[in-house]
Amino acid sequence: MSASPNHPIGKSVPRKEGRKKVTGQALYVDDISFAEMIYGVTVRSSVPRGRITNISFAGDTPWDEFTIVTAKDIRDIGGENYVALILNDQPYLADEVVNHAEEAIVLLAHPNKYLLEEARRNVRIEYEELPAILTLEDSVDKKEIIWGEDNVFKTFLVDKGNVDEAWTNADLIVEGEYFTGAQEQLYIENNGVIAIANEHDGVTVWGSMQCPYYVHKALIKLFALPEDKVRVIQTETGGGFGGKEEYPSIIAGHAALLSLKCGKPVKIIYDRAEDMVATTKRHPSRTRHKTAVTKDGKLVAMDIEFVIDGGAYCTLSPVVLSRGTIHAAGPYFSPNVRIRSSAVATNIPPHGAFRGFGAPQGIFALERHLDKVAKAVGLTPDEFRRRNFIQQGETTATSQIIREKVDMAGLLDRAFELTGYHEKRQRFAKENEQSRVKKGIGFATFMHGAGFTGSGEVYLASVVGAEATSEGRVKILAASTEIGQGTNTIFAQIASEALGVDSDLIEVAQPDTANVPNSGPTVASRTCMVVGKLVESAVLALKQTLVGSGLLREDYSQSEFQEACRTHIEKFGPLKTFSTYQAPPNIHWNDEKYQGDAYGAYAWAVYVAEVSVDSLTYEAQVEDFVALQEVGRVINPVLATGQIEGGVAQGIGFTLFENVVWQNGRMANNQMTNYIMPTPADIPPIRVYFEENPYAYGPGGAKGIGELPMDGPAPAILNAIENATGVSFDHVPLMPEAIMENLTNVLHGITL
Amino acid sequence: MRAYIPSYQLVTPPSLGEALDVLAADGGVWRPFAGGTDLMVLLEAGKLPHKNYLNIWNLKELRGIEVTAQHVTLGALTTYTEVQQEKVLQEEFPMLCQAASETGGLAIQNRGTLGGNIVNASPAADSPPALLTYDAELELISLGGARWVAYHGFHTGYKQMIIRPDELLTRIRLPRSADKLQHYYRKVGTRKAQAISKVCFAGTAQVRDGKIEDLRIALGSIAPVPLRCVKTEDALRGSELNQPAIAQARAVLANEIVPIDDIRSTSNYRHQVSLNLLEDFLRQLSA
Repeated sequence: MSASPNHPIGKSVPRKEGRKKVTGQALYVDDISFAEMIYGVTVRSSVPRGRITNISFAGDTPWDEFTIVTAKDIRDIGGENYVALILNDQPYLADEVVNHAEEAIVLLAHPNKYLLEEARRNVRIEYEELPAILTLEDSVDKKEIIWGEDNVFKTFLVDKGNVDEAWTNADLIVEGEYFTGAQEQLYIENNGVIAIANEHDGVTVWGSMQCPYYVHKALIKLFALPEDKVRVIQTETGGGFGGKEEYPSIIAGHAALLSLKCGKPVKIIYDRAEDMVATTKRHPSRTRHKTAVTKDGKLVAMDIEFVIDGGAYCTLSPVVLSRGTIHAAGPYFSPNVRIRSSAVATNIPPHGAFRGFGAPQGIFALERHLDKVAKAVGLTPDEFRRRNFIQQGETTATSQIIREKVDMAGLLDRAFELTGYHEKRQRFAKENEQSRVKKGIGFATFMHGAGFTGSGEVYLASVVGAEATSEGRVKILAASTEIGQGTNTIFAQIASEALGVDSDLIEVAQPDTANVPNSGPTVASRTCMVVGKLVESAVLALKQTLVGSGLLREDYSQSEFQEACRTHIEKFGPLKTFSTYQAPPNIHWNDEKYQGDAYGAYAWAVYVAEVSVDSLTYEAQVEDFVALQEVGRVINPVLATGQIEGGVAQGIGFTLFENVVWQNGRMANNQMTNYIMPTPADIPPIRVYFEENPYAYGPGGAKGIGELPMDGPAPAILNAIENATGVSFDHVPLMPEAIMENLTNVLHGITL
Repeated sequence: MRAYIPSYQLVTPPSLGEALDVLAADGGVWRPFAGGTDLMVLLEAGKLPHKNYLNIWNLKELRGIEVTAQHVTLGALTTYTEVQQEKVLQEEFPMLCQAASETGGLAIQNRGTLGGNIVNASPAADSPPALLTYDAELELISLGGARWVAYHGFHTGYKQMIIRPDELLTRIRLPRSADKLQHYYRKVGTRKAQAISKVCFAGTAQVRDGKIEDLRIALGSIAPVPLRCVKTEDALRGSELNQPAIAQARAVLANEIVPIDDIRSTSNYRHQVSLNLLEDFLRQLSA
């Protein structure tokens, strides 16, 4: 190994694109313009389910100046009217029937944005309304069959041991039911794209997105084009959180359809109202637990039923369900576990990827439920968990043997020390008797698997390239996107560490399907651990090529490395190396039985929340928050801390503020005035701590962290609220109105 | 921007007289546009139905704060920022300053005006409960002359007011009191900052020897208009400040208000929190 001048892994190297962002030089899609470019808008359904009986173009709009696209145009070009993803059931443009409010029906383009909005209001669509299913419960009860034969997109069964026989061995059986709501991603930059399409060149799209190759795959089908006639380029992206995982395929297709028809570049940028009302949100969920324990608090059996509301089309629901299912039993050992899960259809806009991807829903239910079980068995929440934490060598719900070192009890000790948990537990109980403001402290213990579930990474077979330039720089070629989380910076750090050259010498190529290989989607906490490892091996292959050609000694200086690159390119032409994903050894997954090594590695965490509940207004405020996690190795402390802080803040929003109000299957509060995200005044100091335990198959020992912080806040906060008020709540978002309904009896007359 | 901008007109008269000429010429066609902090939001969303606006932002006659022995008089264009900075208001009308500080963010506070907050007539506005408890009066001017009206009674129904289409709200007058008042203001919003009220409570009282000599109570976000709770005031005025009086006051207020359900909150919540805030107000009064 060569001498690395500064060992950048573990250092807070400044964000690669940070200077451009803060000085306004970074170009987001709405900053980009092309000659003759015009604008596009989408006309959407106003009913949750119905048959389209007529479309008319009314008012004094000069319709002959407009480009108008409907489902018929897709037929005319010989394309497939579906968004290619998993089941291909979602049309680009509704044809005859609509299955949710705000479904796209007509596209319009015109050079004048203002006239375009007036025209959008003048398109009249008439429907014959059909009965709609608007809640998860009604879908499960099959009040109406609205999708397939049974309203079910996907089911999973995880079955370990024998749950049915275990009930007889139990001293105690505890049941519970838990609910989580939808949540909007609220990235700062709304969805937007520019498309240029014509018969000669095919389709090119620039846009704000997480997964260029998902868009690529979808456009190939929509336009019936060969791979090399579709090109997708990610522009600087202002946040994603999963909200730009699958949706950009739709808006990109829409812009490209308009462009193909009018022969000009077309830009579509959603405003906040449209982005909130029409695009994906977190899947609402219902979880039922039936848990058998012995009288000394050992888990005997966990029977879990997990249902998520997928909305009107399948989209990514099976994958979200998969992660939610596997995380539903948490970091505990139980000899018998059964998890039955399903994703069901409703006539609301499809729910989709959102940071945590099903895990926060299941973990919320479990971590609330375990406090209930602990109480029933007469143990404190922490003592009950200590008796059941999974240990190295034990098996998870999918019978995965945990081979890495894991120490949940040690994490719990440290988290309690950092928060003064036990002292506060006692003190608050005493103070609350006399106080109008009730204080409480609670926690959640959990894990999050990094990378795609099961054999997902093997199927993806991601590729990363490294290219040397004649100036002796190294360019990383990957489709993994920088969406604010730090991809560019950590890739440079990983490559720099592996090559022993400055991270300034590393460039990260703009994701462009014409220039970079498919390193997989930027999702699932996989970019650092999985793709980062490929970056490391691709640059090491580059170094080996230089060494093997005799141009570089094993022990080299930075200038020798640069010189070797230059010479190699002069002698042999372009120097590029590629690395393809290979599963670490001992990873086996049975997709049919849902048993085996679900994830290569898990991050482990303990989050502790301190809350106060004002008995005058029933408002809960998080007063202190400690997030402690073991994430392998931290590549960049500032970026990693930022990820955790942001995730916890988003988790606090999920728990106490962000309430999607549905009216007839449509989000009624699709403005930031009425969909409430917490401000800094609503967020406590978030104290972030890492434990490091390097993972052998992650770059420099790193595991994934992006989604982890979304999992812990909701249960930790509701556990703290129970500690404060004595009332157990079973759903999020938990609004003051709901706290009031349950608390007035408890509090009224006691403290006022 | 969803509005079709060419369909809108904004005229900027150079003086109050010319502004009144415009308002008088085609009664109701032109409406005043002050800081624009409410109207611009609707415009952006394509939900601003009225098309013709009279820009009054530059009218000097509507600016400034005047203090006399009897009154503090604020120009209708006084911004929330100016309200917070005014020393007399801080000392004698602190709830108005608090309301201003809890309205929107800094940019809104620099641009939003007290007059605009009144005539926009949102029942959820933050300053009206304070203005109601301080017995504010409003000056309405038209070509026909000026008149002063009590703010209490100004709103007659949801977005309905006694101001005529040819009249402009020019000044807001607050009577100064020789007596030492106790003040209690609490905005319960959807979050700690930059929020719209779910319940907004303002109360003032004068207590002597354990007896409530006088008090005023107003609530926002509870009714179609900012509500002065006169029945509850009458029930408490002259009574002892003790637990039975507080229980009695809760009962009277419970009958005086009929809050609504909307996308921000529920009727039950608004009801219960209003009663709790009334009780908290009374308990915090020092005898």
